Amino acid sequence: MMSGTVTTLAVLFIVFYLFKESLGLFNMTPVEDSYSVLVNKNNPVKKLSAQQIKLVFDQEITNWKQLGGNDAEIELFRTEDISNYYSEDEIGKNFEHLAQRINEHIEKHRGIIAFVASEYEMKNAASVPLSVDKITLLELMKGKEWFPTAQPAAQFGVLPLLMGTLLVSLGAILLALPFGIAAAIYLAEIADTRFRNIAKPLIELLAGIPSVVFGFFGLVVIVPMVQQWFNLPVGETALAGSIVLGIMALPTIITVSEDALHNTPRSMKEASLALGANKWQTILRVVIPYSISGITTAVILGIGRAIGETMAVLMVTGNAAVIPHSILQPVRTIPATIAAELGEAPFGGLHFKALFFLGCVLFLITMIINFIVELISPKRRIER
Amino acid sequence: MKQLKFFAAGIFLITACNSAKQNNNSEVTNDSKKTAITIKGSDTVLPLSQKEAEAYMKEHPETSITIVGGGSGVGISALLEQTTDVAMSSRPLKIDEKLKFKGKNINPVETIVANDALAIVVHLSNPVDKLTHEQIADIYTGKITNWKEVGGKDAKIICYSRETSSGTYEFFKEHVMDKKNYASSVLNMPATGAIIQSVSQTEGAIGYVGLAYETKDVKHVAVSYDQGKNYVAPSIASAQDGSYPISRPLYYYYNQDKKDAVSSFVDFILSEKGQQLIQDVGYVPLKK
Repeated sequence: MMSGTVTTLAVLFIVFYLFKESLGLFNMTPVEDSYSVLVNKNNPVKKLSAQQIKLVFDQEITNWKQLGGNDAEIELFRTEDISNYYSEDEIGKNFEHLAQRINEHIEKHRGIIAFVASEYEMKNAASVPLSVDKITLLELMKGKEWFPTAQPAAQFGVLPLLMGTLLVSLGAILLALPFGIAAAIYLAEIADTRFRNIAKPLIELLAGIPSVVFGFFGLVVIVPMVQQWFNLPVGETALAGSIVLGIMALPTIITVSEDALHNTPRSMKEASLALGANKWQTILRVVIPYSISGITTAVILGIGRAIGETMAVLMVTGNAAVIPHSILQPVRTIPATIAAELGEAPFGGLHFKALFFLGCVLFLITMIINFIVELISPKRRIER
Repeated sequence: MKQLKFFAAGIFLITACNSAKQNNNSEVTNDSKKTAITIKGSDTVLPLSQKEAEAYMKEHPETSITIVGGGSGVGISALLEQTTDVAMSSRPLKIDEKLKFKGKNINPVETIVANDALAIVVHLSNPVDKLTHEQIADIYTGKITNWKEVGGKDAKIICYSRETSSGTYEFFKEHVMDKKNYASSVLNMPATGAIIQSVSQTEGAIGYVGLAYETKDVKHVAVSYDQGKNYVAPSIASAQDGSYPISRPLYYYYNQDKKDAVSSFVDFILSEKGQQLIQDVGYVPLKK
């Protein structure tokens, strides 16, 4: 009773924290707090999206005409570039004249776009801050680019990560399911007791191997294998991730569904055999339908393991944040992204919140899966 | 009777252990010189700090040094929260971090302890052995996608990079790619070792690793920063005399108020012996 309450409270607290941190992401501009993007005040362009700013600073867009402004070259400027235009004396030893110099520079160059620390931005000056579109849920979900540390404007497109996660997990479950269930049926119904007593602990041992070991095994063995089989330029693909995850999900699927199959009452099996059904018919028509809810649980647990798995996937899928068009392409999954990036994301910052948002997405996926299971299993029980 | 004997022996052992422990404790409290230093931050600087700390603790047994990795950002935010004495970083402080230190009235002292050079590595069978600055940037931004464009075989270029959280990622972006963003198709690996492993087994691969991590399984290319006039191969010597362009300083940051506790260790690293150790680990010692 007591422990149940404590666990529930802990879970609720974690969920609350997860959502609290990630909801802060909305209505923030994708430009970091202490920085501003400035343009000359005569520039007709007053508003840009994060995507456009990124293209400008990557020198993909080089003329204001492309952004609906005058026909003028875009000049990029970052705070540290000031030393190319002014001497150290003019800037001041402790940067005391820096704000003024930046202001002068922006005044002189009409086509400039400047990315400077907010403390060096002058009020009522020759420059006006560019307003950047705020982050919205829709933009997050359909954004195709994930550049969380891009400056000046970070890109948080969840779509490639979401697709990557789903693709790898789906592949893993498709690979693991036939093998897992076949092995479970063999162990529960066909194998003799002596073999079963040796094989089952061995399979359970597989579940105890740390995922990093699976990841390394995948990188050194499975990745080159995939590369050779399909003659690919690169072996770190969604398929490699699926294979590793499939192997990792196998012990869960086998042991849980084997337990369920094993619990079929002897009387039911004997009744079936007595009616003239052979062994296969008994397994297919009696044992599997009886234990279907246990098998479903096994599959869900397997999917759960696959979707949330971090380290092994991080090492074998290549982590390129592109929307995958086939299973033979590198992908990046949500857990891998969180694990790889949280360490360096400044606490409470934009990137930090974006990673928590990813956590929420992951949480919602697993919740939906669990919900589906809840919907399916009671029906089965009534049918029986 | 036998059981009772074991029981007695057990009790004796436990009390003996306890008293031994107490003795230890009293020794520690008696020795007021005993100091503890915590160092936290960049994984690039980590092996260097470990080696230095081992050597330092051998000479100064009264000091105990704990070293924790996690990344440059982790170390700097720990210094901000005052949960570490020294933050190691493979990049200088960002402006917003400086502002945060100012807000908390902490005065961080910056010391460059060593330099690190990044080697551009390719698969052993790749005939390309030199690249210009512009070519490397174009490869990583996705403008050049085939090796034949830079004088190699007709094969797709597979770019490997570190994770966005890595100081190395930022350094490469700033100094090699002129702050342009990486192409989306670049593969991000969680560790330098993983880049070496992947490059060694992928024919069209290119990657960047710290000089200390380079192994015989991959081949480095010479780099030119003057439009192809002079190509320089990465080595400790070429990085130290400044002719190899892709090198960066590694930093220690510590609180000005705690200077007394850590300065002896920092001085040790900067000493001749400390700098020799840096070379042993594979980093580039500071110029004398």
